[in-house]
Amino acid sequence: MKDVDIYDQPLKVTGAVSMVELHNSPCYTLPPTDRRALAAVIECVEEIPCNPCETACPTGAITIGKDITTIPVVDLAKCTGCSLCVAACPGMAIYLKKYEFVENEAYIAFPFEYLPLPKDGDTVRLVDRLGNYVCDGTVLRVVQAKRNDRTTVMHVSYPNEYYERVVSMERLSKA
Amino acid sequence: MSYRIVDHPVLGPLEESEMVTITVDGKKMQARKGEMIAAVLLASGTSYFRKTVKVHEPRGIYCGIGRCTDCTMIVNGIPNIRTCITAVEDGMVIETQIGYGEWKKGDTHA
Amino acid sequence: MHKCEVLVIGAGPAGLSAALEAARGGAKVLLVDENSKPGGQLFKQIHKFFGSHEHRAGVRGIDIGTQLLKEAEELHIEVWLDAEAVGIFNQTEVWIIRDKQTSVTVKADRVIIASGAIENSVNFPGWTLPGVMGAGAAQTMINLHRVLPGTKVLMIGSGNVGVIVSYQLLQAGADVIGVVEAAPQLGGYGVHTAKVRRAKVPFYTRHTVKKAWGKDRVEGATIVQLDDKWRPISGTEFDVDVDTICIAAGLTPLVELAFAAGCEPIYTPLLGGMVPWHDESMKTSIPSIYLAGDISGVEEASTAMEEGRMAGLSAAHSLGYISDSDYHTHFEEAQRRLDVLRAGMFGQKRRDAKAAIIGHQRG
Repeated sequence: MKDVDIYDQPLKVTGAVSMVELHNSPCYTLPPTDRRALAAVIECVEEIPCNPCETACPTGAITIGKDITTIPVVDLAKCTGCSLCVAACPGMAIYLKKYEFVENEAYIAFPFEYLPLPKDGDTVRLVDRLGNYVCDGTVLRVVQAKRNDRTTVMHVSYPNEYYERVVSMERLSKA
Repeated sequence: MSYRIVDHPVLGPLEESEMVTITVDGKKMQARKGEMIAAVLLASGTSYFRKTVKVHEPRGIYCGIGRCTDCTMIVNGIPNIRTCITAVEDGMVIETQIGYGEWKKGDTHA
Repeated sequence: MHKCEVLVIGAGPAGLSAALEAARGGAKVLLVDENSKPGGQLFKQIHKFFGSHEHRAGVRGIDIGTQLLKEAEELHIEVWLDAEAVGIFNQTEVWIIRDKQTSVTVKADRVIIASGAIENSVNFPGWTLPGVMGAGAAQTMINLHRVLPGTKVLMIGSGNVGVIVSYQLLQAGADVIGVVEAAPQLGGYGVHTAKVRRAKVPFYTRHTVKKAWGKDRVEGATIVQLDDKWRPISGTEFDVDVDTICIAAGLTPLVELAFAAGCEPIYTPLLGGMVPWHDESMKTSIPSIYLAGDISGVEEASTAMEEGRMAGLSAAHSLGYISDSDYHTHFEEAQRRLDVLRAGMFGQKRRDAKAAIIGHQRG
């Protein structure tokens, strides 16, 4: 299968959500490029009974409702980019993003549960939804908070021409 | 190659353990006290635990929880011991089992 | 002969939950398990659970297990480990072998069987080689014993077990070189497959393992594509370099004790095959025998805990413990929590399958 074909294939074939499926889902709220603050982006397109993201959010920015199979929706107006939902999501399906952190650099904060961890200032290889290398990024912060229960949140800056494409980083070689 | 998971993002670092001395196919080795025999052997890179009766095919673990009996070895002279659910003890003698083993009257370790 | 009021066989999430509810109700409970440690599969689930707050969503399985054990200790529930239940006679007498050497008979007024399930196998030439194992066996080795069973893994099966164990193998430091799935679509939750795919693990739908080879253990395998009638397509074979092959092809309930006791069976293809029939209170065709967890149909740990609570409540209530109104209140709460878990695109099918079991007209 050619690379370009794989990117069009659906979630139930490749394992990763395709951009078409994401854009068709109510969950996906990529913050517009002129938004100043970080905001949560959820990539959870299936109806499964699950709502810790809604429960974790301190401002009520995430809505699922009484039927907990409802797909979560982020209200960007209420989201403060606190990252509580990033660690709370059992599916590791949420990250924070901002288009302009500094000039030409975007910002992403994503969940990461591997060892070894990089250090602040390290260069890391960032990947897309299929795990393919996209570009290098710079580690801003490696957050390991007790309330996040062993889910590290990686804060990384990267060239904003890859704003939408980057979702995570390659695991580092084993220590 | 070490198969031991020394540090883990959720389980944390491997804790220190009291060690015991066991003998495997004549060779003495150190093992973490109370660990399952199969885990000790996998950690040291052992490929197989026994060989079958007729064609001597190698066998290792399969179910890992004491149900399938693929992992059986001779322990302290008693054959057909499920190593995935049997813990090591100091002085234990473990041998690769070739073919059938027979339990004699009085064998109590199952 | 040892006596108790409620004997629970199996100290996994279902059995623990059943023992806790029966003990809270006031019954004299004995909880037995063949393993040297309680918890069943729960202590291998290092990931955070789904559901909502009342299901302990967001909490790792291992921590839920620790919490259940703490509650059992606080209630002073009698627990026998290294105690294998090998037979049920006269519907209430359970033969148990303790420490692999001592024979004991326990006379119980009620028996709750929570014996769980066993992994299925997929048979291909070379499947008996060391290095080919159940996905659960790999999970046991990495999460319980902290040992890698291998370093280059091929996963067969893309249901939740296959993709969760694939992720956990990556966390443990192994490489997962691919996941093959015979069906045209992946089976597990999209968020689980997405995590694994982000680590650049490829998924091969409509593919299966043709054979594996190696001298003392697995050294390689051949993967082949399947057509829409599930037949291998000649010429599509490709080889992979692996030392481990994990099989995640579903689970089958461990029903021997229940059937030997005389419980009526029923066939439920979605939930694992032959299971003992049970009503909505988790009671089998034998009034003194109840079920909970995977033995009554393969689902997940969260549903096992709710079924365990329902079985424990029902058993204790049937003995005169717990008032009718308390029983109905707590039972309905557990039933509601259970219904919430059996919802959505994955859960609805399980709900229908369970309803078919319960609603079956017994002959």
